[in-house]
Amino acid sequence: MAYQHTIRHHVYNFQDLKTVLAKASPFRSGDALAELAAHTYEERVAAQMTLANISLNVFLREAIIPYERDEVTRLIIDSHDASAFSVIQHFTVGEFRNWLLSDTTNAAMLHAVSPGITPEMAAAVSKLMRNQDLIAVAQKCEVVTQFRNTLGLKGRFSTRLQPNHPTDDPRGIAASMLDGLLYGSGDAVIGINPATDSPSAVTKLLHMMDALRQQFDIPTQSCVLCHVTLALEVMQRQAPVDLVFQSIGGTEKTNQSFGISLSLLHEAYEAALSLQRGTVGNNVMYFETGQGSSLSAQAHEGVDQQTCEARAYAVARKFKPLLVNSVVGFIGPEYLYDGKQITRAALEDHFCAKLLGLPMGVDVCYTNHAEADQDDMDNLVTLLGVAGCNFIMGVPGADDIMLNYQSTSFHDALYVRQVLGLRPAPEFEAWLMQQGLMDAYGKMLPPQASHRLLKEMKV
Amino acid sequence: MSTSDKPAFHIPSDPWISLRAHTDARIALGRVGAGLPTNASLDFKLAHAHARDAIYSTLDNAALTTALETLGLSVLSLQSQVQTRQEYLQRPDLGRRLNAASRKKIETLLPGTADVSIVFADGLSAEAVNLHAVHVLAQLLPALAAAGLSTAPVVLADQARVAIADDIGSLLKAELSLIFIGERPGLTSPHSLGAYLTYHPKPGLTDESRNCISNIRPEGLVYADAAQKIFYLVAESLRRKLSGVMLKGEGGLLAGEK
Repeated sequence: MAYQHTIRHHVYNFQDLKTVLAKASPFRSGDALAELAAHTYEERVAAQMTLANISLNVFLREAIIPYERDEVTRLIIDSHDASAFSVIQHFTVGEFRNWLLSDTTNAAMLHAVSPGITPEMAAAVSKLMRNQDLIAVAQKCEVVTQFRNTLGLKGRFSTRLQPNHPTDDPRGIAASMLDGLLYGSGDAVIGINPATDSPSAVTKLLHMMDALRQQFDIPTQSCVLCHVTLALEVMQRQAPVDLVFQSIGGTEKTNQSFGISLSLLHEAYEAALSLQRGTVGNNVMYFETGQGSSLSAQAHEGVDQQTCEARAYAVARKFKPLLVNSVVGFIGPEYLYDGKQITRAALEDHFCAKLLGLPMGVDVCYTNHAEADQDDMDNLVTLLGVAGCNFIMGVPGADDIMLNYQSTSFHDALYVRQVLGLRPAPEFEAWLMQQGLMDAYGKMLPPQASHRLLKEMKV
Repeated sequence: MSTSDKPAFHIPSDPWISLRAHTDARIALGRVGAGLPTNASLDFKLAHAHARDAIYSTLDNAALTTALETLGLSVLSLQSQVQTRQEYLQRPDLGRRLNAASRKKIETLLPGTADVSIVFADGLSAEAVNLHAVHVLAQLLPALAAAGLSTAPVVLADQARVAIADDIGSLLKAELSLIFIGERPGLTSPHSLGAYLTYHPKPGLTDESRNCISNIRPEGLVYADAAQKIFYLVAESLRRKLSGVMLKGEGGLLAGEK
């Protein structure tokens, strides 16, 4: 269906819904590269005004990627909850924004409506929102998940301890893990990106982290971020897999480029569940996403990168993950050029995922060829702390020496907790206090050389 | 300036500082409140500054030309379709193709055929090319000559991506293209060189058609080892008449390579 909007006698025509969505998107380099972006400032606002008047019902009738051709579209349509949708079905996108922001719409209502919201509806409304709107609505949502601890509670702010090493050297990894734990990091997960994607290398790292966790009775979970097929393989060989990781995208073709399908994810989900390793809950999946991955795989199907990203959240929510995060600034400047674009994208990703009911974290990050620096990351991590982001990364000194990019440091997480009065996951917080690493007021204590972790941990 | 009655503000170092021996990761930095101590903060800024300067560095065409001519090679300076560094970073497609003037320059050469076309491209760190590329090539050339392989004129390519070697190699009618290009700078390695080779280069090829040798720098893969690896790949590629994933096995290694 075609859409149009007139501004001062200029008639803007948009040939279909996906064109309106793309042209309404705040500017970013990836949409320009894909030749999908609005050509003028006025055209962008014309598209936003058009979008504001489109009824949410239209999103159920007009698939932006055909149902027959794409299993993500089929998942979105087939799993749509019509009764949850009934509360908002008479809204236009513009009215939906007003409803989301209004004082009377609270966390419980957002939670109830969530299964009735499709990724395209979330993406659409985000395109009409300013950064403060994205923060304000996300901040109302609470998405709680559990495995060996409880993540996402209001007032809590967690970290993935990311102790990567360019050659997977066990002592190098252990040194970074110890550094992180002593700085209070690792309640979301201790997660390693392996340099070598082989069954034996992955199994070795899994055993190493599991032994550490058991030795010190740390209420957290571990993960080696290998491909899902490899996780399946090592699970069959009884390796201690807490969480199954996978990068996912918002189109069937993107997922093909990652070597996955919904059925493969389902197989891995069932396998991880059957291990029953969780103690307080059984959310067993960990997904990473990021704007631009579909275009990068030439699999965007003419859909803008933010809408593609939101569609990935439909894939994620099918498998009740413990953790999801966008690796927002990793993709590079041809998709997100500078600190402004990275910031906007991160707030969109966090908002859309929370609205769709996901336990969203963000890898607040950039590469050296992006027009960004530590100041941009400081701004973004503060905004995400205010928005109620579930977790960020913890990398020694913000410098990942294996993936060669800059993420957030253990210090950054302490800063956010300090300035916003946020605390780690309750079980992990109790452990930090037991270890004498945190006082009763939540202040980190400097460990002595005689500290148990320093004396007993094998490095 | 501190005086004896005003002692310097002392920051205790983390007692696990000795673990730095096991990793280059920035561990045991200490903290002031939740912040980084001043020295650690400035160390990071300096590393980032080096990486940023590398991104905006440019090929030293005069020095490179002199050095290459000393090696007995002829040199051609060409440009991609990119106009500015800002455009380069946002439009990888334009960095993969020569501009019209550059195409004309090659065509007027009326090139004969050659076994290997060699390209020096700025990529994301021209300084890596300025520092390392001639040294690697100087060690590679004798091996190529001994194997009876001919080389086309060396192209210095500005604002270029890896795939520009497809455009250049096909215009120079080369059997194989070899491009030396500055890699994306890391905080600890702002000047790291990569080399990519492609059998029967032609526009439109993708990464699975190429083989890559990365991290070429004195602190990484040293020049002699890089030259040896590249020669081995070149010889195998020409012998088996293919490159890319087909040339390397599952583990990313050539038969016999450890």
